[in-house]
Amino acid sequence: MSLIHYLVLAGVLFVISIAGIFINRRNVLILLMSIELMLLSVNINFIAFSSYLNDIQGQVFVFFILTVAAAEAAIGLAILVVIFRQRRSLEVDNFNELKG
Amino acid sequence: MIEYLLSAEFYQILLFYVYSAVLIASALAVVTMRNSIYSALFLILCFFSAAALWMLLEAEFLALTLVLVYVGAVMVLFLFVIMMLDIKIKPKSGLSNYTKVGLLVALLMAIEMIMLLGKKLINVVPQDDLVKHVKGHSNVKEVAENLYTQYILPFELASVILLVAIVAAILLTLRRRDDYKHVNPENQVHVKAKDRMRIVKMKSEKGNYIGGDES
Repeated sequence: MSLIHYLVLAGVLFVISIAGIFINRRNVLILLMSIELMLLSVNINFIAFSSYLNDIQGQVFVFFILTVAAAEAAIGLAILVVIFRQRRSLEVDNFNELKG
Repeated sequence: MIEYLLSAEFYQILLFYVYSAVLIASALAVVTMRNSIYSALFLILCFFSAAALWMLLEAEFLALTLVLVYVGAVMVLFLFVIMMLDIKIKPKSGLSNYTKVGLLVALLMAIEMIMLLGKKLINVVPQDDLVKHVKGHSNVKEVAENLYTQYILPFELASVILLVAIVAAILLTLRRRDDYKHVNPENQVHVKAKDRMRIVKMKSEKGNYIGGDES
């Protein structure tokens, strides 16, 4: 396997998750999952290049991305729970209070 | 031919394609499912296949971390939230405008990436195999050596970020309920003995002695 295989795989995954963000306007939860998928595809790129260049720093960077992504998921879900308590819905179109 | 089919090289390529197919299929399932529970379960499959791919890339530490942290913690959190919220699944209503725009954007991005990868990178990036380490090489040790020397400050910062995330998540979801009986720790600490017990001086009462017949 060469680097190209992994790059193509990560690209496909990234495009799928971008489409997922647009498709799932009904459910913020799946939107958060799409963001997780996007981070995963970026991580695959990082690790493929780390392996290709034989440089461990790419993997260290992925470690930090994982940490930040976990924190982001926790805070995102907390915000989602608070919104659901007030609105009783998870549709993105209902969250329009900040509209100028 | 048979020898090639039995070789480790072919087996690795086979594994790559199998895991990639599972990864992409489950990613598609994540974004198209109506029910969030199914999405979350397919996302777990996604992470698992990605971890297997990282194993093929000889990034064992991160592969294990992905399974432990993501499948073990983040996805369990997702499932908890999905099950706690009372989400109504709405019936499918055809292709919405958002879906059309989303597919257009995805298609454009795919074309851009194909232009980049297909034309330029195939000529620039050599087609050789990714680096294979010798037997006995420890990926965990290598990561640790970098993480605890050169990247010690970012490592500490990452722990602070996690702490901030914990505090933020708790503070956001905490709610005070009026019907909830609780003890205020501050009042509890500052209490004095005289607040607890009061000695009252009073005359002893003469009353009827009930019980026994010894009068």
